[in-house]
Amino acid sequence: MGDPEQLVSEAESAVTAATDLAALDDVRVRFLGKKGRLTELLKGLGALPAAERPAAGQAINAAKERLAAAIETRRAALQEARLQQALAEERVDVTLPGRGGLPGNAHPLTATMARIEAIFLHAGFDVARGPEIEDDHHNFEALNIPAHHPARAMHDTFYLSDGHLLRTHTSPVQIRVMREQPPPLRIIAPGRVYRCDYDQTHSPMFHQVEGLLIDEDVTMADLKGTLDAFLRCFFARDDLQTRYRPSYFPFTEPSMEVDIKLDSAHGFSDWLEVMGCGMVHPNVLGNVGIDSERYSGFAFGLGVERLAMLRHGISDLRLFFDNDLAFLRQFGH
Amino acid sequence: MKINEAWLREWVDPPHDTAALAEILTLGGLEVDAVEPAAPPLAGLVVARILAADPHPDAERLTVCKVDDGREERVVVCGAPNVRVGQCTAYAPPAAVLPDGRTIERTTIRGIESAGMLCSAAELGLGDDAGGILELDPDAPPGAALSSYLQLDDAIFDIGLTPNRGDCFCALGIARDLAVLTGSTLREAGVIPVPAVAATVLPIELAAPAACAVYAGRVIEGIDAAARTPMWLREHLRRAGVRAIHPVVDVTNYVMLELGQPMHGFDLARLDRGIVVREARAGEQLVLLDEQTLTLEAGTLVIADRSRAVALAGVMGGQDSAVQADTTAIFLESAYFDPVRLAGVARRYRMQTDASTRFERGVDPTQQVRAIERATALILDICGGTPGPTTRVEATQHVPARPTISFRPERVNRLLGTTITPARSAAILRALGLTVAEQDERWQVTVPAHRFDLALEADLVEEIARVEGYDQIPVRLPRGSARPALPSRLSADEQRARELLAARGYFEAVTYSFIAADKARLFQPAGALHELANPISSEMAVMRPSLWPGLAAAARHNLNRQSDDVRLFEIGGVFGGERGAAVQVNRIAGLRCGSAQVPHWSARPRETDYFDLRGDVEALLRVLGWKAVDIQPCEHPALHPGQSARVSSGTRELGWIGALHPAVARALDLDTPLFLFDIALPDERERDAPQYTPISRFPAVRRDINVLVDEDVLASDCLAAARRGGGDRLRDLQLIDVYRGQGIDSGKKSLTLGLIFQVASSTLTEQEVEAAVEHILAALRDSVGGILRK
Repeated sequence: MGDPEQLVSEAESAVTAATDLAALDDVRVRFLGKKGRLTELLKGLGALPAAERPAAGQAINAAKERLAAAIETRRAALQEARLQQALAEERVDVTLPGRGGLPGNAHPLTATMARIEAIFLHAGFDVARGPEIEDDHHNFEALNIPAHHPARAMHDTFYLSDGHLLRTHTSPVQIRVMREQPPPLRIIAPGRVYRCDYDQTHSPMFHQVEGLLIDEDVTMADLKGTLDAFLRCFFARDDLQTRYRPSYFPFTEPSMEVDIKLDSAHGFSDWLEVMGCGMVHPNVLGNVGIDSERYSGFAFGLGVERLAMLRHGISDLRLFFDNDLAFLRQFGH
Repeated sequence: MKINEAWLREWVDPPHDTAALAEILTLGGLEVDAVEPAAPPLAGLVVARILAADPHPDAERLTVCKVDDGREERVVVCGAPNVRVGQCTAYAPPAAVLPDGRTIERTTIRGIESAGMLCSAAELGLGDDAGGILELDPDAPPGAALSSYLQLDDAIFDIGLTPNRGDCFCALGIARDLAVLTGSTLREAGVIPVPAVAATVLPIELAAPAACAVYAGRVIEGIDAAARTPMWLREHLRRAGVRAIHPVVDVTNYVMLELGQPMHGFDLARLDRGIVVREARAGEQLVLLDEQTLTLEAGTLVIADRSRAVALAGVMGGQDSAVQADTTAIFLESAYFDPVRLAGVARRYRMQTDASTRFERGVDPTQQVRAIERATALILDICGGTPGPTTRVEATQHVPARPTISFRPERVNRLLGTTITPARSAAILRALGLTVAEQDERWQVTVPAHRFDLALEADLVEEIARVEGYDQIPVRLPRGSARPALPSRLSADEQRARELLAARGYFEAVTYSFIAADKARLFQPAGALHELANPISSEMAVMRPSLWPGLAAAARHNLNRQSDDVRLFEIGGVFGGERGAAVQVNRIAGLRCGSAQVPHWSARPRETDYFDLRGDVEALLRVLGWKAVDIQPCEHPALHPGQSARVSSGTRELGWIGALHPAVARALDLDTPLFLFDIALPDERERDAPQYTPISRFPAVRRDINVLVDEDVLASDCLAAARRGGGDRLRDLQLIDVYRGQGIDSGKKSLTLGLIFQVASSTLTEQEVEAAVEHILAALRDSVGGILRK
């Protein structure tokens, strides 16, 4: 029978010599396993005289515990070392760029229209749409612009060879909606419009948002209130000043144009015209069968390009239609 | 319309400065677009009279002038061809500064000392005439400061008139409004008749009375052909942007600018026996003042004499009958033409003139004689002559009546939201020249002859509002009867599609709705194209049948600018249907080219292929809510025949995806492969809300199988067979791998299918799973000849 103390010191040398967990486990098996040498010592107790057995057993068990503790300590150390090594090996350069590109974005014009739509949706306006190829009736006649009207000169109209035309404004949508739905009505009509005019400040295609509200007792005060609120919301400026000037549109009477002014920090300190509007002309109401004695209403129209240019500081209208990525990607945030 | 402040102040002189006047006009509805000084500062320049003009001894083209500058005689060397003794002109002495910044110095020109220079109008900023020195009136006082002599301390208002305010195309009209807006008095002169001295008349016949209901004329004989238009009148014209031409023409232009009545002066000697206002015969020719020959359409209104047309009525006079340098007798015309009949005539003949602009908007039908008398007085002042009697012919039944409007004063506040009293309304209307008969709740208001824009109660409300001031209208939000409403389905779908594609790296484009016909044909060889009758250019000639041509052009724009990786999409209308019955459908289309991913240090770069695009489209179809989508090979004229697929949902064609056909790419000058999609947007109506299916609590079982099929078998057919064979137990099916090469016969491919089995009610047993796999294999064998590869 061997000496437990001697075995333990032999084992402890082996523990110290084990440089990885597998080697350490070998040591454990060699000394503490089912056939390990310390285990064998316990099995040999039976050969001792009964009087010696308790003391010998106690000594062997103490030796086992000591060895187990030594192994455990070594295991923890080896595990810690391995973790530290793994951490070191798994280090990455966190400053390298991530995978997958940045997103694209909406066009500044459609983004502007979405902003306008969102504001009016909150004020209870529905979005209505209409065809871009229109007829003379909806684009002109029903809007109180008969064939000889001088205002037609302001609408350089594109015609199709079959006599239809490209709508010169989104106002024909008003007519379609008023014919289909009874008052009260609150709609906006965004979309493409066309005029036969092409130079630095005119595009033959541009975008408008038209608005219409018909109800009982609607006044120009309501119109001013609605547009003041809209413009302040759109430009996110409570100190935006507005000015209303008499103007002329065949489908509204009285008519006005809206100017805005901001401080010079925003680049426009002069009055800038942004919208046209007015009370819906009694002839227009008559054309769609709405009783102008009972109902009144207002309509307004704005140029999306103009508002987008003001909001984003864009100086050249034609940039919108070049679709240059260097331009488009500036509107992604 | 340009008008100078001094002219307005001849009529009305409110106590406001220039800037205030401009703002008052603007806020009154006469928008002042610009205010310019009448002339640049001309410090030091004076009037001088030429006392002697001798040829320069050493220079052929130069004249040595002795001039009187009011204090002394000066010697000035001058190169102008129009130098004459006795002439008064503008003199810049040494130290004077010209508008272009030049300081005048004493110089020696070819041996003769010149004390300053004599100036042309162009050098003074008084017009563009640089052909000679400025010719002032012969009685101009030498030594007078030029700016005070010409009253250059004046401003020019450039007013953007709205089409309804034809009455404001003259000093009188603007002054009338200004008087009301400022509460000032209008100094109205009215008609000042010039009595006839001779008896000569030219007979006038109204042969088209509905188009021309009033025509006034007058003969003036014995005018001085050498007379010159005086400086004050020239300056009024210049400040209004009108060139001085001939005293008679200048006077008629002046009267038009003053009273709004376009006039014409004929050379009496060139008119044959009388005036007939009639409709043109088809093909009748007329040479106009601007020397162009018009071939007239039947029905066009002309002024004719007894033998031929002499003017395009209301637009421009003819060359044959125009006043010329030797004219000594004239016939003045002052007429009223019906705006409706004249509308579009100028545009049809492409001749918008000052006269046509006014007649189209309506000229006061009561002012013809007043204009003749005013013009006669001015012509006699300038050219002398003996006037005959004024002749006025009228077709009474066609002279527009002054409309009477039934007006309820309470409507003012009901429309404006104001608290304007009826008395105030009446005062404003009367100030504007309307006649108001107040009768309780309903007044009768009669419109003056110069206002063509007032016909309805609402028109009067606007007049009251604009005089009272739009800033007096309160601001409030509409009282609500707003019903709750969802955002439009269409807008919502578009917005979701936009956000999805943006997240996948696409930028939104907005391209023109009209494109070149040949480009349209590349993408749609057959079917109607909707052509514009008046396109801006052949590049914008037909309504697009597809969004692809515009997107391809935008891609090319970027590829040409060193952007190799392009992903673009557009949402918008395309135009189909038969000729004469265009149908607009809104679609979403896109393209991508270049690298499949943004270059990354961890991955090998890879070019975009069909499957990159298809992945984008599959995601798009999902957010658009298209169900039961099928993507099958199908050829499209613009797509690569081997990489072209039709997208459908049930029986409905949704669109196309694929690679651009190399031949189309070549035609578009594109050398990068483009991958394109074009998908229908869902209908406007609200979609059904997604319905919940219970989630199984039992574990799923996964089996992967390799199936060997012929190379030409479609993946979609394999997947459909597997799905059919798997029945209810097959919860999910994935195509994990496609393998060709070692171990596989050529002409074959191996597909690895990932099968996921799961049911709601129990854990599937091994036997149940095996049975399902067997079913799937049997279906693959029967449908696509698939063999299990072990």
